[in-house]
Amino acid sequence: MHLSPDQIIFWQHGFFKLNATIAYTWGLMFVLAVGSKLVTRRLSTGHQRSRWQNLLEIIVTGIANQIKEVGLSQPEKYLGFLGTLFLFVAMASLFTIVPGYEPPTGSLSTTAALAICVFVAVPLFGIEKSGLGAYLRAYLKPTVIMLPFNIISEISRTLALAVRLFGNMMSGTMILAILLTITPFIFPIVMSALGLLTGMVQAYIFSILATVYIAAATRVRKPKPEPDASIEA
Amino acid sequence: MLIDWFTVGAQVINFLILVWLLKRFLYKPILNAIDAREKRIAKELADADARKAEAQHERDTFQSKNEAFEQQRATLMTQAKDEAKTERLRLLDEARQAADSLSAKRQETLKNDAHHLNQGIARRTQQEVFAIARKALTDLAGASLEERMSGVFICRLRAMDDQTKESLAVALKSTSDPALVRSAFDLSEAQHAAIQNALNETFSAEIHVRFETAPDLLCGIEITTNGQKLAWSIADYLVSLQEGVDELLKEKSQPEEKSAQGANEQGT
Repeated sequence: MHLSPDQIIFWQHGFFKLNATIAYTWGLMFVLAVGSKLVTRRLSTGHQRSRWQNLLEIIVTGIANQIKEVGLSQPEKYLGFLGTLFLFVAMASLFTIVPGYEPPTGSLSTTAALAICVFVAVPLFGIEKSGLGAYLRAYLKPTVIMLPFNIISEISRTLALAVRLFGNMMSGTMILAILLTITPFIFPIVMSALGLLTGMVQAYIFSILATVYIAAATRVRKPKPEPDASIEA
Repeated sequence: MLIDWFTVGAQVINFLILVWLLKRFLYKPILNAIDAREKRIAKELADADARKAEAQHERDTFQSKNEAFEQQRATLMTQAKDEAKTERLRLLDEARQAADSLSAKRQETLKNDAHHLNQGIARRTQQEVFAIARKALTDLAGASLEERMSGVFICRLRAMDDQTKESLAVALKSTSDPALVRSAFDLSEAQHAAIQNALNETFSAEIHVRFETAPDLLCGIEITTNGQKLAWSIADYLVSLQEGVDELLKEKSQPEEKSAQGANEQGT
């Protein structure tokens, strides 16, 4: 019994090792990349198109619309990062229906890696949008006293992001494993279905939170209008 | 330890590679395909709009052409009708004129025929009557007839109206030549004397008279002097007979003309 797929190690050479997390991640990457390549190899620009193309178009446009709804006016710019976050987490959950598969998102290392990516991406997008000075000044709002709290908020929300996904995915796998030992029939199937649902919800939550953080960082803060001197006089 | 920092680093790199892969194989081609389709649809819509506008334009052109054609057709139709009407009237006039001329010609012919017939009848009648008269007079010619004729001539001489008498008197006085008395047959001495006497009495003067026989007078006697003439002849009766026959023929031909005219009017 192990809590994380990190503990299943296939190969190790000093600091370098190949554990289940990395292996399954590669598997997912392979499936996603090859699947996309296969579908987009023969894209149709006409009115008639394949089912797979329809599916991918729905997914891509759905993600883009979601990003737009949150408040990012140019979804194509963020689609690569946020869409990949969602697709990776969602596929990781979806593949739990394959026996013997351990979702890489059930490892705190993976979720931490994803959270670190978000932690780095948010200021990068913010600086790209409004410049370094304007971005850093945002930490001093509304007063300088708020600076440590703002920094703590950044770190804690990244931690929360990592732990939330890890907890959900790990718990799902754990519950399934425990139930299999108690009631091996029927009940694990229901739980597995429930696990799929929570997996999808977590994928949505993870990516939507990342979107919200980026949107918050890139929002153009309009300077408050100076009080009119003539009126005061 | 739940976090393996090597795995974290590896996953970060894996994730970044996945981002690149998906951008390369998924998002870009799909978004490009959607853009291309949107452009194509927009182009098709624009084309459809253009075609619609063109069709509208063509329809308008066709409609205006059609209207112009209808108008032209109506004008031509009216023109043709007018022309046909004029032509019909012209033909009718021509026909009427032809019929009139034919009728006139026919009437002329009829008139000529009637005239010729009339003349023929008159001539014939005259000839026949003359022949009969001549025959009768020849058969009857004798002293008594000649006597009677000269008697009648003398009577007429005496019964002459004043105007004729005046003009004859002037004529007799104005010339020195003797008055010529012509008769169809030889007059006897007694008759010569009776005529001489009658003349003398009538004009109250001595009239010089020369007697002459002229068979063409056809049973009659006449006195001629200086252009004036007094005569009695059977020919006078024959002339009056001829006038009577002419009158009769004229009366007969008039109803025929009237009926022919009536028939022509009904025909037009």
